Amino acid sequence: MIALVLAQTIAITGGTVFPITGPKIEQATVLIRDGKIAAIGTSVAIPADATRIDATGKWVTPGFIDGAGQMGLVEIGAVAATREAVLRSDSIAAAFNVAEGINPASQVIPVTRVEGITTTLAVPSGHLVSGQAVLIDLDGATIEQMLVKTPVAIVADLSEGTKDEGGGSRAGVAQRLRAVFRDALEYERRRVDFNRSQIQPLAASEANLEALLPVLHGELPLVVIANRRSDIQTALRFAREFRLRLVLAGAQEGWEIAAELAQAGVPVLVEPLNNIPSYDALGVRYENAARLIRAGVKVVLLETDTHNSRNLRQQAGNAVSYGMTWDQALRAITLTPAEVFGVADRYGSLDVGKVANVVVWSGDPFEFSTAVEHVYIRGREIPLRSRQTELLERYRSLPPTY
Amino acid sequence: MRAIRECRAARSLWYLAMPLAAACATASARPGAQTPAPADTTSVGRPQYPSTYRRHANPPVVIRNATIMTATGQEIASGSILFRDGRIVAVGTTVNAPADAVIVDGTGKFVTPGIIDDHSHLGVYSAPGTDAESDGNESTNPVTAEVWAEHSFWPQDPQIPLAIAGGITTIQALPGSANLIGGRGATLKLIPARTVQEMKFPGAPHGLKMACGENPKRVYRSRGPSTRMGNMAGYRAAFIQAEAYRQRWDKWNRNHQGDAPTRDLRLESLAEVLRGNILVQNHCYRADEMALMLDLGHEFGFTIRSFHHAVEAYKIADLLAREGTAASVWADWWGFKEEAMDGIHENAALLQAAGGRPVIHSDSPSGIQRLNQEAAKAMQAGIRAGIAITRDQAIRWITANPAWVLGIDSIVGTLEPGKMADVVVWSADPFSVYAKALQVFNDGWLVYDRGDPARQPRTDFELGQVPWAGDTR
Repeated sequence: MIALVLAQTIAITGGTVFPITGPKIEQATVLIRDGKIAAIGTSVAIPADATRIDATGKWVTPGFIDGAGQMGLVEIGAVAATREAVLRSDSIAAAFNVAEGINPASQVIPVTRVEGITTTLAVPSGHLVSGQAVLIDLDGATIEQMLVKTPVAIVADLSEGTKDEGGGSRAGVAQRLRAVFRDALEYERRRVDFNRSQIQPLAASEANLEALLPVLHGELPLVVIANRRSDIQTALRFAREFRLRLVLAGAQEGWEIAAELAQAGVPVLVEPLNNIPSYDALGVRYENAARLIRAGVKVVLLETDTHNSRNLRQQAGNAVSYGMTWDQALRAITLTPAEVFGVADRYGSLDVGKVANVVVWSGDPFEFSTAVEHVYIRGREIPLRSRQTELLERYRSLPPTY
Repeated sequence: MRAIRECRAARSLWYLAMPLAAACATASARPGAQTPAPADTTSVGRPQYPSTYRRHANPPVVIRNATIMTATGQEIASGSILFRDGRIVAVGTTVNAPADAVIVDGTGKFVTPGIIDDHSHLGVYSAPGTDAESDGNESTNPVTAEVWAEHSFWPQDPQIPLAIAGGITTIQALPGSANLIGGRGATLKLIPARTVQEMKFPGAPHGLKMACGENPKRVYRSRGPSTRMGNMAGYRAAFIQAEAYRQRWDKWNRNHQGDAPTRDLRLESLAEVLRGNILVQNHCYRADEMALMLDLGHEFGFTIRSFHHAVEAYKIADLLAREGTAASVWADWWGFKEEAMDGIHENAALLQAAGGRPVIHSDSPSGIQRLNQEAAKAMQAGIRAGIAITRDQAIRWITANPAWVLGIDSIVGTLEPGKMADVVVWSADPFSVYAKALQVFNDGWLVYDRGDPARQPRTDFELGQVPWAGDTR
C-alpha cells in the first residue's frame, strides 16, 4: 500500500517556488517521484503519467520543520496516561530515547500537518539530562515509518527549571553535569574495572554514561536549554571544556551576547513570541531572533506548544515583524533546522533527490489569510482532514447528525 | 495554584509537558440588557473602593488618510478621525481639524478602536511569576465571591506595558478558575498608574468569575466538590443563600426598621448578581456544561454575560444566540486537558453565523499582545470554511463585543462620535501578521508611541533590570 502510494509521480506546476537553497523561481514546476524531488525548475519535462497539480498563483515551499515540542508524546496535556516525554525519577536520563513512546495515531499529528508542518522534533523533558530527541515526519502508520533520525541530540537543561537537580543552585547544576561528563569519560577508559566493580561509584548509571559518549566525542549534538545570559555562558564553557557540538535552546537573553554566540559557532533554537520577563530571563524580548541572526548566529525558529505546532508560521511572521528578513525566517523553519538536526542531505529544501515534503500555499505562508492547499509528506498527498475538520463538519449546521 | 491561571504549559519551561490547567470565569447579566441599569438597591450604600481615574491631558488629534475600521459596520478607506478631550468628535472621509490639533499622517495605516481583553490576569498573576506574585486564586474555599481581583492587582506588573504596545486599552482582570465562584473581576483602563483605583474604568460594573468543570473539581478533590454534579450543587447552595440575603437587605433598605442585617461580603457579591449589578463571567469549556449553567441562571433569575474559553460554544451556537450570552474564546487553543479537546478554529465564526456574540480573549500575558492576530486567525478560518465573516465582525470580536461583555459598550468599543477616544493606529492591516500598533491613545492620551522611546512606559520593576533602556522588549 505504502509502496504503491510512493510510486506516484506528481507535478506541481506554475507556482512560485521557494527552493531555499536558491532564489525563488516564478512559474516553476516541482516534480515528485517515488517520494523524492525528481526535478525543479521552469523547464521540467512532465511525464505523461504524472498527476498534475496546478499551482498557478500559489507559493510552493518545503514542508516546515518545528524543532520543538512533544509531537506524538503528549495527547492531552493534563492526562498523565497520555504523556510519554518525561522519564520519572532519573535526573540523568541520557539513555532515554523517546522514539518508542511516539503514538503514530495521535490526533495532534493530522491537526498539525494539514497546516503545513511536515516534520517535528520529539523532545524529552523535565530533567538536567532529559534524554534523546528524535526527528519525525508527520505521516506513517508505525514509529519506524515516521522516524527521520534517531537520536538527533541529547537534551540537557541548565535553566531555572532544573535547579533542584543540582541541589537548588545553578552552581550545583553545573558541577553535577561536569561530574557526569567526567565520569562518562572515566567509565569509557575503565570499562574493565567497572565491570569488575573495581571503581568508585560513578555519577550516573552505566547505560546513561554510555549514552553520553557520542556527545563527548562530538558525534551527537547536545541541546542545552538555557535562557539567562550566565546560563548560556555556562553552556558555552561546557562546550569548550568537553569539545561538545552544542545547540542552544530557548536562549532568551542570547541577544545580549550575540557576538559571543556567533564566534562560538553555536546554533540557537528560539521561540520568537517570548517577551514575558521571569527571573530566568529578565532580558527576554521579541527582537532576540533577529539580533542573533544579524550577528551571524545560525537561528532556528520554534513553536514550542505541541498542540499548536501549526502556529510555527505565525511565529515566523512575527520574527519578520521584529527584524528578521522574510527569507531568513523561511530558512529558519526549513533548511536551518535540517542542518542543525543533521538531515540537510535529505530535508529542508526543494532540491533534486531530497525527500518530497512539499507544501502548496495560497500565498505568503506566514499570513493568516493564506490557506494550505496541498501537503506532501515523502511524496504522499496528505488528505486535509483531521478530527477538528470532522467536528466542524458535524456541527456546521445544528442540530448535528450523530 | 498558579497552574490554574494558564491553560497551557508555561512557556519558559518549553520542553516540559507538565499538565497545567486553564483559568477563568463566567459572567451573567440581566437578560436582554445592553448595559446594566443602575442598581435600584444595593446591599450597602457606602463607597466601594471608588475609581480615581482621571483623563490625561492631550491635545486634539486628527488622523488623516488612514483606513478607519469603525467596528460599527463601516470601514472607511482614506478616512479621518478627530478626537479631543478624550472624546471622538468626528469620523469620516474628511473631518475639520482644529488649529491646535496634532495631525497624524495615516497614509498606509489602519485605525481601530482600542482593543479590549475581557479575560486577563495581568496584575493578579504578574511577571516575573513567582509565588510572591501569585494572587489570582483564593483557593481556600470553593466559593469566594467575597474576594475582588482589584485587591490583588499590581499596577507595576511589567506585562502591562507589553499589552499596551499590543493596542490594548481596557482589560477585565479576573480571578482564576480554581473556585466555583472565584470573586469579582475588575474592568481597568490599561495605563501606567500608581494605584489600581487610578485604573478603574469609571462606571464599569464588576464581573463575577465562576468556573465549571475540571479545575474546581480537581482543586477541591479531597474536600469537595469532586464531581461536576458537586460543582452544580455548590453554585446552587451559594445562590440560595444569596437570595435570602438579598431579601433581608432589600427589606431593610425599604423601611430601615430595626438593626441592619449583618454584612456578608460573599453573599453581597452574589446578591448584586441577582440584582443585575454584577455581570457573570463564566469559565466553561463543554457545551453540555454551558447549557446547565444557563439553567442555573434561570433557576435564580440571572443571566450569564459570557462563557469564557467556551471551546465547545459552536456546538450550542443556537442556544447561546437565543439566550444572549456571549462566548469569549481563543482562536486555536486546544488539547491541554480533556475538556479542551474539541476546540476548533471555526468556533468564533460558527457562533457569529448563528447570530451569537463572539469575543476573542487572551487569558495570557503573551496572547494579549496580539489579539488582532488571533482575531485574524479565527476570521480566516471561518472564511476558509465558507462562513461569510466580515472584517467588521472580526474587529468587533476584540472591541465592541468585549465592551458589551464588560457592560461598557455605550462608552467604548467603536469609533463613533461621542465615544471615549480609545484609538489604535496600526502600521498595516491589523489582520496581517506583519502589523504592529504604532500609537495607542487611551481616552485621548497618547500612552504608547512605537517611534518615541519617551512614550513607551516602563514599570518600576523594569528599571535597572533590563538592559538597553529605551528598547522595546
